[in-house]
Amino acid sequence: MIARVEIHPGRYHDSVRLMQASKAVQNVDGVGDALVAMGTELNLGLLADMGFDMEGVADAGPNDLLVALRAENEATIAAAHRALDEALSHKVVPSGGLDAPTPKTAGAAAAASDANVVLLSVPGEHAFVEAMEALESGRHVMIFSDNVPLDQEVILKRYGIDHDLLVMGPDCGTAIVDGVGLGFANAVLPGSVSMVGASGTGIQEMCALLDDAGIGVRHALGTGSRDLSEPVGAASTLQALAALENDPASDLIVLISKPPAAEVAEKVRRAAEACTKPVVITFMGETTLEDGAGAVLSELGRPPTEYGAWVAPPRDHRPGTVRGLFSGGTLASEARFVAAPLLGEIGATEDDAGHAFIDYGDDEYTQGRAHPMIDQTVRLERLAAAGHDESVGVILMDVVLGYGANADPSAELAPLVGQAIDAGAAVVVSLCGTRGDPQGRDAQAEALNRAGASVYLSNAAAAMAAARLGSEGRLA
Amino acid sequence: MSDLRHLLDDVPVVATAGTDLLADSIEQQGARVVRSDWRPPVPGTEAALAKLAADGRNPAANQTAIERMLAVRPQLVDVRVARDAFADMTDRTFFHAGPPLTWERASGPMRGAIIGAMIYEGMATDPEDAAAKAERGEIELSPCHHHGAVGPMAGVTSPSMPVAVVDDAAGNGVAYSTLNEGLGKVLRYGAFASETIDRLRWMDSVLGPVLRAVLLRRGPIDLQALIAQALQMGDDGHNRNRAVTSLFLREIGPALIDGADAPVDERSGVFQFIDGNDHFMLNLVMAAGKLGSDAASGVPASSLVTVMARNGTDFGVRLSGTGDQWFTAPAPPVDGLYLGSFSEEDASPDIGDSTITETVGLGGLAMAAAPAIVGFVGGTAAGAVRRTLAMYEITLAEHPAYQIPMLEFRGTPVGIDAARVVRTGVRPQINTGIAGAVPGTGMVGAGLVEAPMECFAQGIRSLAASLG
Repeated sequence: MIARVEIHPGRYHDSVRLMQASKAVQNVDGVGDALVAMGTELNLGLLADMGFDMEGVADAGPNDLLVALRAENEATIAAAHRALDEALSHKVVPSGGLDAPTPKTAGAAAAASDANVVLLSVPGEHAFVEAMEALESGRHVMIFSDNVPLDQEVILKRYGIDHDLLVMGPDCGTAIVDGVGLGFANAVLPGSVSMVGASGTGIQEMCALLDDAGIGVRHALGTGSRDLSEPVGAASTLQALAALENDPASDLIVLISKPPAAEVAEKVRRAAEACTKPVVITFMGETTLEDGAGAVLSELGRPPTEYGAWVAPPRDHRPGTVRGLFSGGTLASEARFVAAPLLGEIGATEDDAGHAFIDYGDDEYTQGRAHPMIDQTVRLERLAAAGHDESVGVILMDVVLGYGANADPSAELAPLVGQAIDAGAAVVVSLCGTRGDPQGRDAQAEALNRAGASVYLSNAAAAMAAARLGSEGRLA
Repeated sequence: MSDLRHLLDDVPVVATAGTDLLADSIEQQGARVVRSDWRPPVPGTEAALAKLAADGRNPAANQTAIERMLAVRPQLVDVRVARDAFADMTDRTFFHAGPPLTWERASGPMRGAIIGAMIYEGMATDPEDAAAKAERGEIELSPCHHHGAVGPMAGVTSPSMPVAVVDDAAGNGVAYSTLNEGLGKVLRYGAFASETIDRLRWMDSVLGPVLRAVLLRRGPIDLQALIAQALQMGDDGHNRNRAVTSLFLREIGPALIDGADAPVDERSGVFQFIDGNDHFMLNLVMAAGKLGSDAASGVPASSLVTVMARNGTDFGVRLSGTGDQWFTAPAPPVDGLYLGSFSEEDASPDIGDSTITETVGLGGLAMAAAPAIVGFVGGTAAGAVRRTLAMYEITLAEHPAYQIPMLEFRGTPVGIDAARVVRTGVRPQINTGIAGAVPGTGMVGAGLVEAPMECFAQGIRSLAASLG
């Protein structure tokens, strides 16, 4: 094997593209390890950990591209470079004539066009400056990025309120505006239900359940995971609620959040009560998204419904703990809330002995990688490991479909699901998707079900099914 | 009641920065996306940029500063002798281009110009004598910019030289520059040959007084009007000044012919001198620029670049919000085309106050207006246009008077915002001459240079610190 480390100064690419590039390089026959990443402290550490020679790399900075790989021979290295160049080649064709160059910031792009929303997925430490520029040019902003300091969020939202501009985020994974999904979002039917949500996957799950019941969605305004914290004080939630109250085409409002700060919850409840339209509040930890969807049906005068389920034929599984492998943090915590009465204590980290539902979308697992809804690598590893782990009786995992998510998650998951079941485990999948999603909701469900998993559209139902299997296993 | 500016009334149009995946998925749904080519800011400026954004005064401050810069109406009103024009100029004072400098650190062309000026002033008998005296500290060096003045290349201004007086038609301020000597063995490129000194003597005894008399006879000359016309005739205002110099001759023609209180051979000499020097107007364009630059300076929290200037050793930048502070980095080499057998090896690093033209939306920023000099950008007119278009990304306004025909008469990009420079990594584009490195050589070429990023990074950090 030949080890090769190169620095390309000033060649910047976003982390998702680099992840894809790393993968493209790794897929070249004869390539061992490969790392294609910007020269951040973190990535330099990663490089050292991979055992590469750090000489000559010490001066690399965050604007320099690192390319490190081990390969069988020079021909392989050349092939790897070709794969890299192809993966990194830019879609924007340089103008040959008098066209203006591509703007360098979203604020400039917005200012030079009729864009009314700026969507930021830049590293969190840089998001504030970009967001402020967007607001100052009169644009609403959705900040997909996380790791934005709290005081910056407060400043942005205060500015937004003063200027009648909505700040969705930071850490806002999902929004739908007039049926168009931004970030991770599902294809929804046209409708008159609108949502305000401090949780991206919470919004997605609600969309999926309503879609299964034949109910469409007009808007889903994400607010970011900290909006209902005390310092932020539901700034965006209250703004969005007021706007939806005034939106003639929204007839019913659904409000979704992880458990909020008590004072803030009270403020939000009062605002909801003041609305002339019905408002269904789903504070997770008090209730489930399935119950919330049920309340929506009831407000609309619809009968309760059974949500889609593709249940595997009953078969024995080995005794053991329930291991939850989640990509959505909200789905993980809801599953804990639902399963706890049956399973007792449920941990949230890989270090926890016993039952553990882990959110692989958490920062701890996403450093230097794309979100697990896009890049399943980490969860695939953990699924394979759990399948071989004799102490695990039941594996529970979510699969989130929709725009922005992995194009065909079951293709990678199904073989490992089959192996886990052959090894004696039971597998339960919480499938979050709509019939219109580009991945094909039913095809995904059927592929996982064929591999032996029980698949539920309702996350609460999936958690309950896994808990039942797990507690039976323990009793046995 | 809030309606979020009609956000909820229609399908959104989304501008994006970051991963292409999210932009792709919006397009997949049939909605419109405007992408940006985002990259992280210059390392070491993140905290300062965040502080500037949180402070909130920057956009309005920049608006104020650029409005002041654009409000001046520069007019040439007089030609005076330097020692009369500058109250704080002593007999041993020499102004120079760029940020502050000592003789010890001075580059070849700067030393050459100082030597030439000392001989011209009668302070030294020969180059060795001048250098020895300069080394002993018998002269006093001070940047032109500290005195409301600008000078091209070495920019050396000594007490006996005639200086152009440019003021604002609205009465806000005055700026000065030397008169342009032409090309070849000239002081500003570091030459000190006898022909150089003789030319300087003719300039103070004939050129200066005749122009002064012309101006007295005909009244002020509206420089902005001349520059605006010249941009539509193929000038950029920095490296090409053929059109604007021709327009200037037409402006002074009648008064020059009418007499101007000078003998005909002197008036004829003045005409021939200006006619033979395509760059005659450069210095006046620079003084006009300095007027706008000074008008825009001193607005707290503004990141507008008021000065870019080089002394052959350092490149210096000043921002409106940080007043008189200089932010310097080593002057970069110029990427250019060379005269005759000269090459990069003969070149001095970047030098001169003429980058004042770029700070007011001319020169490299107006490259698209000057197809005649596209040789500097690889020979294509499209390349020149692209350079100008890229500058809109880092500027605050489009010039109301200076327009580019090629761009459907769009105003030139004007008002460089240091914050946008460090955020985008796009550096101001400069067209410039190249001086020989060895004192006494003179001009060796011309070309392009980009302002060093470090100056803007320092400036933004200092501006952030000034916000308290």
